[in-house]
Amino acid sequence: MAELSKDKFKIVGINKDEMDLIVRPNLTYWQDAWRRLKKNKVAMISLVALILLIFFVLFGPAISGKNYQEQNIKIANQSPSSNFWFGTDNLGRDMFSRLWVGGRVSLSIAVIATLLEVIVGCIYGGISGYFGGKVDNVMMRIVEILNSIPYLIVVILFSVILGSGMVSLLLALCVTAWTGMARMVRGQVLQLKESEYVMAARTLGASPLRIIFKHMIPNTIGVIIVYITFDIPSFIFAEAFLSFVGLGIQPPETSWGAMVSAGQGVMEFYPYQLWVPAIAISVTMLAFNLLGDGLRDALDPKMRQ
Amino acid sequence: MSKILEVKDLRVSFHTYAGEVQAVRGVSFDVEESETLAIVGESGCGKSITAKSIMRLLPEPPAEIKKDSKILFNGKNILDFNKKELRSYRGGDVSMIFQDPMTSLNPTMKIGKQIAEVLMIHRGLKKKEALEEAVRMLKLVNIPNAEERVNQYPFEFSGGMRQRVMIAIALACNPKLLIADEPTTALDVTIQAQIMELMAELQEKLGTAIILITHDLGVVAKVAHKIQVMYAGKVVERGTTDEIFYESKHPYTWALLNSVPTLDTEHKSRLYSIPGTPPDLLKPPVGCPFAARCQYAMPICKEAMPEETSLSQTHKANCWLLHPNAPKVEPPLKKGGVQND
Amino acid sequence: MVKYILKRIGIMILTLWVIITATFFLMNSKPGNPVRTGAKRLPEQVIVQLERKYGFDRPLVERYVKYMKTLLKGDMGDSIITPGENATDIIKDFFPASARVGLQAVSFGLLVGLILGIIAAFKRNTIADYLIMLLAIIGVSVPSFVIASLIQTGVTRAGLEQVIPTALWYDEYTPVGERFKYTILPTLALSFSSIATYARYMRASVLDVINQDYILTAKAKGLSQLGIAIKHILRNAILPIITILGPQIATIVTGTIVIERIFAIPGLGNSLINAINQNDYNIIMGLTIFFSALYIISLLVVDIAYSIIDPRIKLEGSK
Repeated sequence: MAELSKDKFKIVGINKDEMDLIVRPNLTYWQDAWRRLKKNKVAMISLVALILLIFFVLFGPAISGKNYQEQNIKIANQSPSSNFWFGTDNLGRDMFSRLWVGGRVSLSIAVIATLLEVIVGCIYGGISGYFGGKVDNVMMRIVEILNSIPYLIVVILFSVILGSGMVSLLLALCVTAWTGMARMVRGQVLQLKESEYVMAARTLGASPLRIIFKHMIPNTIGVIIVYITFDIPSFIFAEAFLSFVGLGIQPPETSWGAMVSAGQGVMEFYPYQLWVPAIAISVTMLAFNLLGDGLRDALDPKMRQ
Repeated sequence: MSKILEVKDLRVSFHTYAGEVQAVRGVSFDVEESETLAIVGESGCGKSITAKSIMRLLPEPPAEIKKDSKILFNGKNILDFNKKELRSYRGGDVSMIFQDPMTSLNPTMKIGKQIAEVLMIHRGLKKKEALEEAVRMLKLVNIPNAEERVNQYPFEFSGGMRQRVMIAIALACNPKLLIADEPTTALDVTIQAQIMELMAELQEKLGTAIILITHDLGVVAKVAHKIQVMYAGKVVERGTTDEIFYESKHPYTWALLNSVPTLDTEHKSRLYSIPGTPPDLLKPPVGCPFAARCQYAMPICKEAMPEETSLSQTHKANCWLLHPNAPKVEPPLKKGGVQND
Repeated sequence: MVKYILKRIGIMILTLWVIITATFFLMNSKPGNPVRTGAKRLPEQVIVQLERKYGFDRPLVERYVKYMKTLLKGDMGDSIITPGENATDIIKDFFPASARVGLQAVSFGLLVGLILGIIAAFKRNTIADYLIMLLAIIGVSVPSFVIASLIQTGVTRAGLEQVIPTALWYDEYTPVGERFKYTILPTLALSFSSIATYARYMRASVLDVINQDYILTAKAKGLSQLGIAIKHILRNAILPIITILGPQIATIVTGTIVIERIFAIPGLGNSLINAINQNDYNIIMGLTIFFSALYIISLLVVDIAYSIIDPRIKLEGSK
């Protein structure tokens, strides 16, 4: 071994630059979540599929150039062809345009219903969790009772009572749908109230407003986003279910549910009339569920690397 | 006394999304019959991984125990064991207790059954006999009302008692070696003392060797025969308890000793803490890993790893300060761990 | 333990009462009454007669009390549309078919779902896992009526309708041994989404348990993989699944409504759809109350089962 020079043995002490060296890149919560989501190929494909879907729902009828209401008995019940890409229905109407117009109805119902139940649920759950005690007890008892009836039974009941029409439909769909969101938000609020980092923030002198905005909300938003992504498909399903049962969207309006219900009746003779809307519903629900799965994994703070 | 465990040049890496993390970088030590070796160091220094490697409890992948490492139990390299041999080895020859007693027990299985399990596997006892033996073990670890307790569930036990149960499970088959991974970190200070006393007592009664993993030097003083100080995946100093406490030669050991508050610590004085954090083992430093945080660092420290200097038959340290070219330094050990402002 | 059960039964009865009351007042909240709105073409005198017959001329509260009294006697309401038809009779006649398919779907779904979930968890990230999870996501996303139609079409195309009927049901003359085959397809269609849900949850639960400290302890004891799986992992993994049993039962209860229509099964769901299409308020009310009661009782059973299986609840509840 070569002689080590005496120079190398002069004491220099602590190296302040390297003392706390962190080699890995530091990302914020949202950056990390987006990175993880991007890596999830299935979720990204679903996202693209949904964007495509929205595109067609908005511009589909314009693309085909046909009028979704135009009836022509002479060309009724035709299988898909180059003229009518998805065929025609029992009144000779173009299925392609009808599908996208129906999609507008189904999707807007689902989205509006989701927004309504999120708002009601957040407020209800937030109040219940924040105040705790007796208020919380009573509010949660009410939720328990509301949850004792199967959701779709409630929807059927209210649909029968309220009659047809968009507003009635939305009301029927939302009347007990918000309980899930309320429970979740309440749980989050309760948890965050006692969480160590909220207590730490309080100890460090943070004001309640700061705690709410910088700590509670970012944590809850992630879960809310995931819930929304899962709630939309269940509303699409509920609407389809209603149509199947004879409630829901009535003619001349149409929706995917109405189309499936009609198609089911003639499944033996004109299968495409069932499959076209059925596939539309299935693909949409599938895409939302896969995206929801991906979002949930991406936004889970425990899976941060 | 014979050596029951010999670890030679243990190297363990983890393959992560960011690359290969070298958690343990060439650790060697021995444990003899009935003695207690304490492995001390900060979180992340590799002590827990070393312990789990001895039991082969690391998930491989993503963990990888490098090929030239050797872990010899009674002369046999456990890294060559097949599944059957490993199962007989774990719990029978060597056993382990973990840090958090609250989560280390199956919440839906009765305590007695959890102890009886080990006996049924390794000693081939029938259920009834195993349960009787379980009661005996509970009494051995000083659990009152053992006959009733044996039919209870973990949630009916306190933290300290659960850790005693863990010890009972670990010692049920009278293993030659018990590995205790931070057994008292999650417990109250008074319970800590009880558990340490229990372990010392059982060592005398049963002759079990113990490897005690901890980050707290204070816990170690009474119980350990040998101490090994680890930092960033390497052993920086080792020796008998007296040698480490009174004649330590490595700046990291000095820092550790200084950070233990004692009864003499003056009221309202600042507690000593070592500034900075351990290096990221994704790209381990080439030289001495402690150099960046060391008061006595020299240019040579960054460039190359210090070789092992033997200060006695049992006392070894890895530090450039021990090189003949280095200046002489006095360890800054003050009474009561007060920072030398 | 007994106290716990009694308490839960008490809550159940209370909830049921609230539901019945709420349903009653809701259904009668619309201005006018079903007789008047449903029978527009009849002369006024006849309408008034009908109103008197069905009690619509009495004040609301009085009708409520009368309704509750009749309900307690077991009479779930007379049909307005079909004279002489009573909800209780409908239930008696059509519930058995629904019950059979429903029960089969619940048990089949649970069994298969759990097993698939366990396999997926233990064979994590292998082809088996991906396939099972693919199946699961489809089962959860594709509506049950689509799956039902798919199954129907598939069996018909394969020419198997003789062996597995696609839209038939047995009657009292069919020998008991022969009856099962009529229930195969509906049970399959109905349980599909349950299987999918249980598989996903079970997989997550098993993976969660596998990462727990006590599994490491079990490994350190020298237990074999199989031993650990059976004695430590399974029981702890199944526990949280019991909490989704309730909602799954709800899914099956509402699912039968649609499945019965598609497979032409003479069940209660079918009766409900008919009542809806005819606007037969009394029957609708009677049937929805029945469905709700069914659901609440199953929730109770699940609750009690959970408290038996989880030692923490059993003992803490009795302290």
